[in-house]
Amino acid sequence: MSSLATTLSPEERNSFYLREDHHPENATLLGFWLYLMSDCLLFAVLFAAYGVLGGSYAAGPGPKDLFDLPLVAVNTSMLLLSSITYGFAMLEMARKRQTATLVWLGITGLFGIAFIALELYEFHHLIHEGAGPQRSAFLSAFFTLVGTHGLHVTFGIVWLVVLMAQVHRRGLTVPNMRRLACLSLFWHFLDVVWIGVFTFVYLMGVLR
Amino acid sequence: MTIEPTERSPLMQAIFGRLSWDVIPFHEPILLATFVGAALLGVFVLVQITRAKAWGWLWRDWFCTIDHKKIGVMYMVLGIVMLIRGFADAIMMRLHQALAFGDSMGYLPPHHYDQIFTAHGVIMIFFVAMPFVTGLMNYVVPLQIGARDVAFPFLNNFSFWMTAAGAALVMVSLFVGEFSTTGWLAYPPLSGIAYSPGVGVDYYIWSLQIAGVGTLLSGVNLLATIIKMRAPGMTLMKMPIFTWTALCTNVLIVAAFPVLTGVLGLLSLDRYVGTHFFTNDFGGNAMMYVNLIWIWGHPEVYILILPLFGVFSEVVSTFSGKRLFGYASMVYATVVITILSYLVWLHHFFTMGSGASVNSFFGITTMIISIPTGAKMFNWLFTMYRGRIRFEVPMLWTMGFMFTFVIGGMTGVLLAVPPADFVLHNSLFLIAHFHNVIIGGVIFGVFAGINYWFPKVAGFKLDDFWGRVSFWFWQIGFLFAFMPLYVLGLMGVTRRVSHFEDMSLQPFFVVAAFGAVLIGFGILAFLIQLYVSFKRREALRDDSGDPWGGRTLEWSTSSPPPAYNFAFTPRVHELDSWHDMKARGYERPRDGYVDIHMPSNTSAGIILAGISAVLGFALIWHIWWLAGLSFVALIGTAIGHTFNYDRDFHIHANEVTDIEDTRTRQLSALRS
Repeated sequence: MSSLATTLSPEERNSFYLREDHHPENATLLGFWLYLMSDCLLFAVLFAAYGVLGGSYAAGPGPKDLFDLPLVAVNTSMLLLSSITYGFAMLEMARKRQTATLVWLGITGLFGIAFIALELYEFHHLIHEGAGPQRSAFLSAFFTLVGTHGLHVTFGIVWLVVLMAQVHRRGLTVPNMRRLACLSLFWHFLDVVWIGVFTFVYLMGVLR
Repeated sequence: MTIEPTERSPLMQAIFGRLSWDVIPFHEPILLATFVGAALLGVFVLVQITRAKAWGWLWRDWFCTIDHKKIGVMYMVLGIVMLIRGFADAIMMRLHQALAFGDSMGYLPPHHYDQIFTAHGVIMIFFVAMPFVTGLMNYVVPLQIGARDVAFPFLNNFSFWMTAAGAALVMVSLFVGEFSTTGWLAYPPLSGIAYSPGVGVDYYIWSLQIAGVGTLLSGVNLLATIIKMRAPGMTLMKMPIFTWTALCTNVLIVAAFPVLTGVLGLLSLDRYVGTHFFTNDFGGNAMMYVNLIWIWGHPEVYILILPLFGVFSEVVSTFSGKRLFGYASMVYATVVITILSYLVWLHHFFTMGSGASVNSFFGITTMIISIPTGAKMFNWLFTMYRGRIRFEVPMLWTMGFMFTFVIGGMTGVLLAVPPADFVLHNSLFLIAHFHNVIIGGVIFGVFAGINYWFPKVAGFKLDDFWGRVSFWFWQIGFLFAFMPLYVLGLMGVTRRVSHFEDMSLQPFFVVAAFGAVLIGFGILAFLIQLYVSFKRREALRDDSGDPWGGRTLEWSTSSPPPAYNFAFTPRVHELDSWHDMKARGYERPRDGYVDIHMPSNTSAGIILAGISAVLGFALIWHIWWLAGLSFVALIGTAIGHTFNYDRDFHIHANEVTDIEDTRTRQLSALRS
């Protein structure tokens, strides 16, 4: 209490208001981070559901019968690479190089689309084999967890395209840079979640 | 009134989904009369607004507003409207249970009765208590921390309209189709497609999902506001106690509501896609739903009560003319409750059979929560001790709360003992317990808050006499309505029963129904209080902006506050900073005003929420083309909104000077 009071000048100590217009810190990144943590909890629910139901095969196929690890490895690398390229985009943004930023964002989007395409191929394959989400509680939990992540990535790609249009139109303005920073958080967050999915669902699934 | 799958052409099916004339309850006289009444009232209101040529004003100044104060008021109005609806359900249940003995089957068919108790619970928690709590926080928190608005003003508007859209869907279920019959938490397998094939559970799911988006976003918003936008000098331990409780509540909202979203999402996948999360077959596990929903549900009860603990603290300290006793312990108690609220969820289903060790753990954590709560109770008592207590209406509600809530808390500790819970589980004892804490805590707190802050909102006090009438009807009505339920619960009567054979129980239900009628008079007296106060507003007028001798910053501005709240951002030195300012001879600045940067109004929030409501309706009735169309429209509108970069404006210094000069004249007239 006293430490703060001593840092104030005598006039400030006796003043009860600020004469100039007060600009509080921008809260956007904090707010977005809070939203991401809530999203994280949504995934926690899905992971928990998978944890409970992951062994309920209902006499149907299990992870060992279904998962194709090489395919998932390629898939995973697509997403990890997209995180790196998003990082490059942010570096270019910090240097105020608009075209380079847009190029790296474009490459990020392409990696994202490749990830989604591979995932859709995997889903299609599983459903075709009769291992759709209706087959067993295990498959319900699997499709929901992986699919929710996929929906997030899809949403991220749409957002990326919109932001590219906005950067193209208005340049690297302060609001646009703030938006790019938010999407960056979102994109890396999805990467972290995927590492959880890859480990917990695919690797440990094949082990058990 | 189950919905029969009627024979219809594929084309009609494609266009209207499950919707047809059969789903309108023409054959239910109670519903039909309600519908006619609601329609007449609605037409009357619409005609009045049109005659007053108020549509443009309503749209521009209220529906599209991003002013946290107006949004707060709209939340309160939503809460009051839904309180009346929720109470109508309550009185119907009480009347039915008082009649349905022996040969009499009561006046409600069982299927209708089941919808009523479900709707009552859903409405009271999600669309009464939540809007009230969010409304109070929205209005008061930015003023208490000396901010111009919340961190994300547009999101705030959007959050409100999403909550309102959820409420609208629940109301639509009254007249189009049916509501859920599963009880307010929709446990599977009953809520699964196999046992509830109708639209009721879908109404439940989508109204909660849509309102949940609003709640979550408003939680993020207020959290960012409190962390980032406090006035200079207001360290965390100099924050007003209501803001502290709001902070903890919003932490709980952000950390609990995603679980509700998630678990309802899984339930809807079971119902729409045919997955097996909670089904009886193919490896599903219904108890996982029960666990997950209570991982949200228990924090939810603290989301509701914590801000009202804050209200009581402000009221006790103001009306005792003393600073709050044990401010720091109050803060710590609030934080401890926040954390512990995540460690008790299993006490809602000790009977699951998870074994003695697990049940003991959750029983003990539950009992531990009563310690910080008890500490709060003593803090309030010690604040009153040797204070100059003024028994104004907010203080009356607070003392009613202290009396009532302690009883509810003690029955809660009784229920926390697992062996006792095995006997009392799902009984009317439980019903009495949680109404005891929710009415005695949340509702009493909301009325204390409304009576306390109303002069700030409106510029005149609420009528004292009708406030007292309302309080006494609520307090006595509560005791009559719920004390018999404790007795019945101890005798083994379970909840949600629509007919009884044992005639000896009837007197208890008659007394409970009488209590509900008294509570009805309490609500009526509150509405009369609003009306009378409006009529007598000149007599009740308060120009000072500080009618109670308040201690926190919201009382330092005019009533109602200007759009920008404070012409100059306050500098805070002490806890109870307005009290400190008054004690140290604060002089209002009279000149040197500067332009004030403000966010602009926007219609994007109400439009997005309106589209969401249509999307929800289409999903409920399986009208797939409309669902697709509204989903695309939703995404498109949201993206379109992001292309609008022109979101703020400046209130010019001249305009600020005009407003502040008026205020100066008002204050000097008061002094002379």
